[in-house]
Amino acid sequence: MAGFKTAALPREGLSGAFLSALATAVVVLVLTIPTVGLKTDESGGSLIVTRHFDTVAWLVGLAFVGRLVMSLFMARRAVKPGEQKKAGPSAMDRFAAAVARNGTKIGAVGLVIAVLLPFVTSNYLIDFGTNVLIYVMLGWGLNIVVGLAGLLDLGYVAFYAVGAYTVALLATNVGLGFWACLPLAGLFAAAFGVVLGFPVLRLRGDYLAIVTLGFGEIIRLVLLNWQNVTNGPNGIGGIPRPTLFGLPFAAHSATGPTFAEFFGLEFSPSQRFIFLYFVILALALLTNFFTIRMRRLPVGRAWEALREDEIACRAIGINATNIKLSAFAIGAMFAGFAGSFFATRLGFISPESFTFTESATILAIVVLGGMGSQLGVVLAAIMLVSLNEAGRWFSFLGDIALYRPLIYGGAMVVIMLVRPRGLLAHRQPSILLHGSDGPKESLVPNDGLAASTGELP
Amino acid sequence: MTRILDVSGLHTYYGRIQALKGVDVVVDKGEIVTLIGANGAGKSTLLMTICGKPRATAGKIIYDGQDITHMETFQIVRQGIAQSPEGRRIFSRMTVLENLQMGATTGNPADFDGDLERVYTLFPRLKQRQTQRSGTMSGGEQQMLAIGRALMSRPRLLLLDEPSLGLAPLVVKQIFEVIKEINEQQGVTVFLVEQNAYHALKLAHRGYVMKTGSITMSGTGKELLASSEVRSAYLEGGH
Ligand SMILES: Nc1ncnc2c1ncn2[C@@H]1O[C@H](COP(=O)(O)OP(=O)(O)OP(=O)(O)O)[C@@H](O)[C@H]1O
Ligand SMILES: [Mg+2]
Repeated sequence: MAGFKTAALPREGLSGAFLSALATAVVVLVLTIPTVGLKTDESGGSLIVTRHFDTVAWLVGLAFVGRLVMSLFMARRAVKPGEQKKAGPSAMDRFAAAVARNGTKIGAVGLVIAVLLPFVTSNYLIDFGTNVLIYVMLGWGLNIVVGLAGLLDLGYVAFYAVGAYTVALLATNVGLGFWACLPLAGLFAAAFGVVLGFPVLRLRGDYLAIVTLGFGEIIRLVLLNWQNVTNGPNGIGGIPRPTLFGLPFAAHSATGPTFAEFFGLEFSPSQRFIFLYFVILALALLTNFFTIRMRRLPVGRAWEALREDEIACRAIGINATNIKLSAFAIGAMFAGFAGSFFATRLGFISPESFTFTESATILAIVVLGGMGSQLGVVLAAIMLVSLNEAGRWFSFLGDIALYRPLIYGGAMVVIMLVRPRGLLAHRQPSILLHGSDGPKESLVPNDGLAASTGELP
Repeated sequence: MTRILDVSGLHTYYGRIQALKGVDVVVDKGEIVTLIGANGAGKSTLLMTICGKPRATAGKIIYDGQDITHMETFQIVRQGIAQSPEGRRIFSRMTVLENLQMGATTGNPADFDGDLERVYTLFPRLKQRQTQRSGTMSGGEQQMLAIGRALMSRPRLLLLDEPSLGLAPLVVKQIFEVIKEINEQQGVTVFLVEQNAYHALKLAHRGYVMKTGSITMSGTGKELLASSEVRSAYLEGGH
């Protein structure tokens, strides 16, 4: 990343630009020789290494030229160090502030689009939208814990797993339907949230992160090894699909009319896709409204205060223990809801779906979106799910799915460089004065600016 | 006079370090009592121990006739003790108004508007700045906010830890005037920790001097100001 570092302080003219371009090229060379230059293929039980040094050469050349052009471009519009501060908020900062100001309007437009989407697009896009909404819901749920209460949770997927397995076990062993399982899954996940919350009450920051990471792994390992109950790595199948007030989405049903028969429609599989889409949309919206509501209630503001300063919180008479536990429990509850949807949507679950990568993705959505920003989570979820799907969309470019982690990581690095506090980081006061429709811009500098003056979250 | 705070034989440890070695302090209702002492003497530790964190390992803290030594911090605060802790500790990403709201956590919502008005009367500056993010205010303004936040819970006993820390002389004077006003007009008892010994002792009815975890001297503010020991240790070189 030597190239990025020098970009901040433009050196004298052409030679400086040339040097930093050279440095970038070297870094790219070192990185791409193992990742791009050498490829292993299986052939007859042994691995053969094939070399793609021509691609490496192309990438290095591209990086060199790209960096050179970039620094020449920067040099032309370079500002002297002293003047940079006065230049005011960047375009992105102003955009984030504008988004935050018009949050309700943008949210309403987004909601209309989300509601209309399944009626105008293909099954693939509906499925894509469902994926996005699952991550949006998980992001919003984790946002309560990380964004609002400031408790770094690296094991959030554990609650997602608890929700999913609650549905799977209750449905296959007790014979309960999805709608009966849903509240139980939320409750059960919330209970696990409290179980995690108790031992970590006194931990913060890095230490809390490590313990939650371990908790996530413990849950996954238990699911993997408790064969009699969870069926181990083979997972649980035959989880019933959700019904609409008892009407199943199937071609035929032995127990009564199906959805299509009841409404006199032609059966089509996309009806079920659309229905599932609306179920997760409703669940996600529930999470959102709940969070917005909580932020205005004393407990929500206590979460935010806890994030800022725990000692001060205690000093003003807040019961920090209860506040922390409630953040863990409520965050976990929404993950439990999302997990139960996940189980019923696929009809089959296994521990493989609940790895640390999943926790990391959800956390990335919260952080990239801008901690505490509800719209930011949506934006980040769309971006990350799109990145996941990019391999399919650009399949004409060859097997780029192989490079997914690379693209993924690269995109995150770029976002964090451009928007260190997240895409839409901008905290709106949760209370406003009577009669005023918002604080004056000059009085409420946004978080993006604060970051550039050295304040840490 | 009725006793509002009675601390006796208080011992507090940080791990193996003993920070308080048998501290006795009493505060009567309506008083301003000042505690002065060198850096690291244990002044902040005493205020924090009164609020239950860290916990005292020996000794008793009686507040308003009630033993609060083993209560949880949030319960202690709900008895009517408020602390403006060392280093202000305001919620810097929240607005001024939100900070004051947080201060009213334990209060009765019906009192909120009146209490807010009272704080704004004491610190008109906070009213002008109520929608500003508090972390972006000046040090003096932040200190006003820290005191204002503590007042929002309608305390009967206000613990202030170095409210004048890092402030310009004029602002220090202003803060001390407000402390006097809080005490005289609102009847709040004040227990004040200060480095600014001269101002603090002039303001206080009584004072204590602490040295490495023990109280070494006590008396009225005037007596302590006149004592040669206090003069040489805490007042030399002007004020
Ligand atoms: N959290 C802690 N862990 C360990 N030791 C501590 C802790 N807090 C304070 N101490 C120690 O306890 C002693 C008393 O500290 P305290 O903060 O009470 O001093 P103070 O009188 O308030 O000083 P100052 O005027 O500098 O604020 C010091 O020796 C300090 O190093
Ligand atoms: Mg101190």
